Amino acid sequence: MIWQVELIILILIIICAFAAIKVRDLLSAALLLGAYSFLMCLAWAVMGAVDVAFTEATVGAGVSTVFCVAAVFHTTRRTKD
Amino acid sequence: MKILGKLTILLCGVLLMVFAMEFPNWGDPESPASTHLSPYFIQHTMEDTAVPNIVTSVLADYRGYDTMFETTVILTAGLACFLLLRIERKKIPHRYYRHEPTGVTLRMEGEKYPKNSAVFQRMDANWVPYDFVISRTCRLIIPFIQIFALYVVAHGHHSPGGGFQGGVIMGASVILFAISHNLRTSIKNFSEKTAALFSVTGVFIYAGTGALCLLFGEVFLNYSALAPILGGDRVMARSHGILVVEIGVAVAVTAVMIWIYYNLSSAGKQDEGL
Repeated sequence: MIWQVELIILILIIICAFAAIKVRDLLSAALLLGAYSFLMCLAWAVMGAVDVAFTEATVGAGVSTVFCVAAVFHTTRRTKD
Repeated sequence: MKILGKLTILLCGVLLMVFAMEFPNWGDPESPASTHLSPYFIQHTMEDTAVPNIVTSVLADYRGYDTMFETTVILTAGLACFLLLRIERKKIPHRYYRHEPTGVTLRMEGEKYPKNSAVFQRMDANWVPYDFVISRTCRLIIPFIQIFALYVVAHGHHSPGGGFQGGVIMGASVILFAISHNLRTSIKNFSEKTAALFSVTGVFIYAGTGALCLLFGEVFLNYSALAPILGGDRVMARSHGILVVEIGVAVAVTAVMIWIYYNLSSAGKQDEGL
């Protein structure tokens, strides 16, 4: 595999992870985690673990993002307690 | 308190990095895993189980216990969501109905709801008109997604994939239907009871296959004992046993994904969803 591609993927993974922690909006954080999962899936595929990459793409980037968004929809901007 | 938390994280990170140094390099042929375990699987998988995809045979055959309890963990996750969210709460104070011929929306209170009416259509509180393009496109795509899910489950022996991935894709197709239409339509087609039954059935298929091996006088989850029922010799029986187990995993994962989505998106009420 071309090492430049690996480097770009790794840098993007770290950026996504930091942004998901730092961003103040929960919906953005959920979507950033989805992007992080998808980039992780690419990283697994680069390392030759195709089965793990497939699982990451379906579970991490697909369904768990939907679950996070569904949960975020039931929160409010300010806490009630 | 904030400083303490940051210090803890820093300490954990430093410890992780220090111990990660001790790990063998990626793809190192001298590492213990590459000298003891991997050669056995690479050399014997084909003659032991007749499955070309080594990962599938390791997951479902050599480490069958691990996958069985993984399926149980997923079932537990679904049950936890159910027990935490689905409590009988106060009834929703009002509902919105749309009078189809005139397009007028009515807010109804009390128990006087027009049930099974041809002219009144139930609406969510945060209703946005369903986009014709989106709903039709999703209807068009969903059958293909489901066939692809079945392919992933059935073709796990030869290509990446298997019960978990296929099950998640299958569940995602129903979730897509629930998002593109509404939650009640989806529940009408795939009810919560079905989801609960299927999720338990999937784990039962897996554990039942293992128990059946016990009945035939072999150890738990040794599918070669099933040769008399599945046909073929003992090697092919292991291959078929893996398929049976993968189907069980797929059924459980599909149902649990849908079940969790129903509970999460409607906060346990299963009435008005996303």
